[in-house]
Amino acid sequence: MIFSFDLLINAIVSGILIGGFYAAVTAGVSLSFGILDIVNIAHPAFIILGSYIAYIVNADFGFDPILTSIIMAPAFYVLGAGIYQIYYVSFEKRGQESLRGLAFFFGLLFITEVTLILFFGVDYRYVNAPYIGPTWHFGAIDIPLRIMVPCVVSLLLIAVLQLLLTKSFVGRAIMAVAQDQLALQLMAVNPVRIKRIAFGISIATASLAGAFLIIIQPVEPSVGREYIGRVFAICVLGGMGSLPGTLVAAMLIGIVESLTSTFYGPSWAPAVSFGFLLLTLAVRPAGLLGR
Amino acid sequence: MRTPIFLLICLVIAGAAFVAAVAFNNDYVFFAGYVVMQYMVLSTAWNILGGYCGYVNFGTAGFFGLGAYSTVAFHRFYPLPIPILLIFGGVVSGIVGFGMGYLTLRLRGAFFAIATLALAVVLETLVVNWDYVGGSRGAYIVRPEVAPLIGNYVRYLFLIMLLLAVAAITVARLIERSRLGYGFATIRDDEQAAEASGVPTLRLKLIATTISGALMGMAGAPFPYYIGYLQPSSTFGFDYAVNAIAMPLIGGTTSWVGPVIGTLLLASLQQIATVTISSAVNLLIVGCLLVGFVIVAPEGIIGLVHRYIRHKPAGLVGRSRIAADAPGPAP
Repeated sequence: MIFSFDLLINAIVSGILIGGFYAAVTAGVSLSFGILDIVNIAHPAFIILGSYIAYIVNADFGFDPILTSIIMAPAFYVLGAGIYQIYYVSFEKRGQESLRGLAFFFGLLFITEVTLILFFGVDYRYVNAPYIGPTWHFGAIDIPLRIMVPCVVSLLLIAVLQLLLTKSFVGRAIMAVAQDQLALQLMAVNPVRIKRIAFGISIATASLAGAFLIIIQPVEPSVGREYIGRVFAICVLGGMGSLPGTLVAAMLIGIVESLTSTFYGPSWAPAVSFGFLLLTLAVRPAGLLGR
Repeated sequence: MRTPIFLLICLVIAGAAFVAAVAFNNDYVFFAGYVVMQYMVLSTAWNILGGYCGYVNFGTAGFFGLGAYSTVAFHRFYPLPIPILLIFGGVVSGIVGFGMGYLTLRLRGAFFAIATLALAVVLETLVVNWDYVGGSRGAYIVRPEVAPLIGNYVRYLFLIMLLLAVAAITVARLIERSRLGYGFATIRDDEQAAEASGVPTLRLKLIATTISGALMGMAGAPFPYYIGYLQPSSTFGFDYAVNAIAMPLIGGTTSWVGPVIGTLLLASLQQIATVTISSAVNLLIVGCLLVGFVIVAPEGIIGLVHRYIRHKPAGLVGRSRIAADAPGPAP
C-alpha cells in the first residue's frame, strides 16, 4: 500500500476517537478487576446487553440510545449489585474466587450471549439517531459524528467517575477497599457494602458503553468476545484501576489498532490488543501509570 | 489399582462401547459418539491444568483449533494417516501451550486466564489471515472413502477418538497418582507455600500447560476429517471453551473421574438436546448448569457423592484432597 500522510492523520484521529470509546468500555473493568480484584470477564456481555436494550427502545419508540442508556444505568447498577451479592456469598466468602469465580463469570457471559441469540438471532442490529451519518470535515481530516459523540460522552463519563472516586466519601472508600479492608472496617465502613456499590457502578457503566457500541457499529450477540481481550489489555496496560491510565491506554490501543487496520487490513486488528497484553505482562506488569 | 490393569479395563470398556455402537448399526451413533469422546479428551486435558493446578484455561478452543488446522496444513502438504497427524497436532499445540505458559504463568492466575482467552482470538486471527489453510473462506478436506482396518470412515474416526480418550484418562490418572500430581496439588492449594517449601512451581506449571495443550491439540487433529469443511469461526468457537470448563467443574475437578462423569452426562445431554430441541438451547443448558454447579455444588458431582457417603471409608471415588496426604515436598 502506498504510504499517504492523509491516511496516517485520519487513522490517528479515528484511533483517538475510538480510544475514547474504549475507555468507557474499560472503565467498568478497571473498577471491578483493577480495584476490586473481581475478574469479571462477563463485562463485555453486559455491554452487549446494554446495546440490545438501546436497540429495542430505539426501534420501538425512536428514543435516543445514549439517553436510554443513562436512564437504564440504575437498573444495571441493581443488576451489578445483585451479581456481586451472589458472587460474595458463593465464592468470596468461601475463599474460592479464583477458579470457581472465574467459571461463574464465564458461565454468565455464555448465558447472556446465548439468551440474546435465542431472542434476537445472530442478525446485526443497529440504531437510528441524528448524529449517525454526518461527518465533519477539517481539511483532510474526517470526523464521523457517530464516533465523535460516543467519544465525548465517554470522556464525560470517565471525568464523572474520576471525580466520584477521588472526591466523594464512597469513592474514597472504594479506593481504600482495594488497599486495606481491615482499616476500612476500623473506620466503621462495611467493605462488602462498598464493594457491592463499586461493582454496581461498574456494571452501570456497561449500559452506557453498550449504547456507544451500537452507535459506532452494528451489534450481534457474539461481538462482545472481541472486546474481552481488548478490555483486559487496556486495563492492564493502564495500570489496573487507574482511570487516567485507562484513558491513556485506551487511546494508545485505539491508535495502534486503527493504524494496523488502515495499513495492514482490518482482519489483523484483533491481534493488536493481545500483543500489547502479552508485552505489558512480560515487560511492565504494573502498566503505564501503575499505582 | 496398577496403571496397566487400569489401562486394560479402560480398553475393555472402550472395546465394549465400540462393539455396542457397531451392533446398533446406525452411523449417527458414531457421529454422536465421536463428539462425546472428543469432549472427553478436551475436558480431561483441561482438568490437568485447571483441576490439578488450579489455573483456568479459557483458550481450549485455541488449542483445539490449532490441532485441527495443523492437520489441514499438513494435509495440504502431503496426506498422512490420522495417527501421525494426531502426533503432529499434539506437538504443535504442546509447543504453543509451553510458550503460553512461559509468558504468563509467572503472573497471578487471573492474568493467565485472560491471556488464554485472548490467545484463542489471536490464533483465530492468524488462521483467518493465512491463505494456505483457507483463510476466512474455510478449508475443505475430502474424507477418504475407506479407512484402514475397519472400512467405514466414521467408525474409524470414532475408534481413534475412543482410544485417544482412553489415553488421556490414563495420563490424567497417572499424573494424579505420581509425585507430579502431588506437586500440582500443592500449587492449587497454596502456590506461595509450595514455592517456599521447594516445589519448582514454574517448571511444574509448564509441564501442565504443555501436556494439557498437547492433548487438546490431539483432540482437534482428526476434526477436519470428521467435519469435512473447516471454518475458523466455528473451529475456534466458544462452545469448546465453555464445555471444557463446564464438564470437569460439574463432575468434580480434583480427580480424573470428575471430567469423565461430567462429560458423559453433559455431552450426552447436549447430543440429545441438539436433536430434540435446538443447538442454541443446549448451549444455554451448559451455561446454566455451569453457573448452578459452581454456586451450589462447588466440588461437583464427586463432591456430592462424597458428602453422601462420608461415613463410609474414603477412596471409593478417587481422592478429593490430595494435598492433605501429600508427603512432603514434591519433585
